[in-house]
Amino acid sequence: MMRRLTVPYVLFSIWVVVLCMLPFVESSYFVHLATNIALFTILAQSWNFIGGFSGYPSFSTAAFFGLGAYAGAITQNMGLPMELAWIFATVLVSALAALFGFILLRLRGHYFAIGSIAIVEVLRLAIASATDLTGGGNGMNVRFLPGGPEYVGMVFLYTMVGLMVLVFALTVWVDKSRFGFGLRCIRQNEDAANMVGINTNLYKIFAYVLSASFCGTVGAIYASWTGYIDPTDSFEILLTLKVPVMAMLGGAGTVIGPVLGAAAFSLLEEIFWANFLEYNRAILGVVIVILIFFLPRGLLNLDYHTLHRRLRHNAGRNPREPSE
Amino acid sequence: MTNQPILKVTSVARNFGGIVAVRDVSFELAAGEIVGLIGPNGAGKTTLINLITGVYPANSGSIVFDGADVTGQKPFQAARRGIARTFQIVQPFPEMTVLQNVTAGALFARQSGSITDAVEESREHLKFVGLADLAETPAASLTLPNRKRLELAKSLAMRPRLLLLDEVNAGLNPTEISGALDLIRDISARGITIVIIEHLMKVVFSLSHRILVLHHGELISGGLPNEVAKDERVVEAYLGSKFAERQRSLSNNG
Ligand SMILES: Nc1ncnc2c1ncn2[C@@H]1O[C@H](COP(=O)(O)OP(=O)(O)OP(=O)(O)O)[C@@H](O)[C@H]1O
Ligand SMILES: [Mg+2]
Repeated sequence: MMRRLTVPYVLFSIWVVVLCMLPFVESSYFVHLATNIALFTILAQSWNFIGGFSGYPSFSTAAFFGLGAYAGAITQNMGLPMELAWIFATVLVSALAALFGFILLRLRGHYFAIGSIAIVEVLRLAIASATDLTGGGNGMNVRFLPGGPEYVGMVFLYTMVGLMVLVFALTVWVDKSRFGFGLRCIRQNEDAANMVGINTNLYKIFAYVLSASFCGTVGAIYASWTGYIDPTDSFEILLTLKVPVMAMLGGAGTVIGPVLGAAAFSLLEEIFWANFLEYNRAILGVVIVILIFFLPRGLLNLDYHTLHRRLRHNAGRNPREPSE
Repeated sequence: MTNQPILKVTSVARNFGGIVAVRDVSFELAAGEIVGLIGPNGAGKTTLINLITGVYPANSGSIVFDGADVTGQKPFQAARRGIARTFQIVQPFPEMTVLQNVTAGALFARQSGSITDAVEESREHLKFVGLADLAETPAASLTLPNRKRLELAKSLAMRPRLLLLDEVNAGLNPTEISGALDLIRDISARGITIVIIEHLMKVVFSLSHRILVLHHGELISGGLPNEVAKDERVVEAYLGSKFAERQRSLSNNG
């Protein structure tokens, strides 16, 4: 029992060490890749609060990521120190998420999903049309961090991994807390949850804000990291789809699932980029199809025992089948 | 102080579109009573419970629980104040274990307390309703009688002062029903006020101290079981006016 419970923590720690070691063993390509993986892990872990624990299919990830990117970029260009700009972005995004959540979380199921994706478009249009502040469709530049590409690469990698550890710790807390228990009840039967004394609206809004806050931070860090953002790139619909798929691939509502899913998906994508550039977009489609048909509850919740037996069974039967 | 009713419902009404589900209903519950709420299908019994627990707001009227005006409260507030209910159509958290289901009741109906304490306490409630052996089973895989027991354990775990039972015996066989009745009597002995909605007349009349009769959303009768059983309006509501007329003429002739 005890051993089963600690496995996720051990795996996660090893994974963190691996990501942190990359700058010492390999080129800037790997540092970039590791930073990206940590970035997506944070987004997937964030989504897990609302989509996994609470069971509300949110597609707002890109909205909060994009908003965070712009909030960070604008305040940084106005002279705010980089770290403060990140914090400002986090606070702003959290506040707006509370407002959106207050309105949106009255909806359930498909209606909530559609409402949550609409926020991405609304914010993209708002940012794109606030030309004075954001440069509109031309995008905007953010001051690069001084100190040479290698040093800068490491700064962003460690920042991103540090945040990933923080969100993981938060996930562990939610998983064990009264709050997380309440979210699971809401996921299973919202009316019954309310009837046992859970303030379901408040819980859902908290979960939604939690799922937004760190998307905002990550967006702001991303803006400082790449040095250039534009509305299309920041409020990308593909991102808003990819992140839930990652979390579900690993196992939504679990502690380690989003970490596993984000890593697996990113690596898969990387392999496709390297080898079949033109099919890269297809990978999301393929993963979605696999998820729906073979892994409805993610890699973590797969019944490995049955799978193993079935495979052995098939392997044992094949030789006896008549060969053509 | 002891004479203050635990629940006082005054002229509550609720309609759904054109349908008046509950119309100008008023009654009081004394602490510790078992009150049977009866009435034909569609009479508004479940709706009345939904109004008391805040599932729907009442269109008019007021509800006072333990001296505090609770009109317009939300279900989670009702739960925290000490009103628990079972659902006519059972509402478990399907993928959670039986124990976790009960723990949810123990944990959230109070504002504080640790999960570990709630789990320990929940085991007691499971033992009480006879589900201790199934504690680790997912709620979804329970049989109907056991789901009803789970509903009961979950609402008991909320440590209610008022318990509203919406057809907890429906779908149970006679042996199971007599077991359930013993449970309800035990619960009442703890001092919990109970409202029981029940279609089986024998059951309600034997169990209740007092009966309330709803018909077309209106409270048409109320009183001691043997009085209500003789009330013409009740006989009419249940068996139709023709039958009631025949009863009347028979008793007049006889
Ligand atoms: N949510 C709702 N929306 C619309 N109509 C409703 C709703 N809830 C109840 N009703 C209507 O209100 C009336 C009373 O229903 P209610 O469920 O309270 O009756 P009941 O006495 O519990 O009946 P039963 O014995 O069949 O459980 C019915 O006509 C029902 O169709
Ligand atoms: Mg009913």
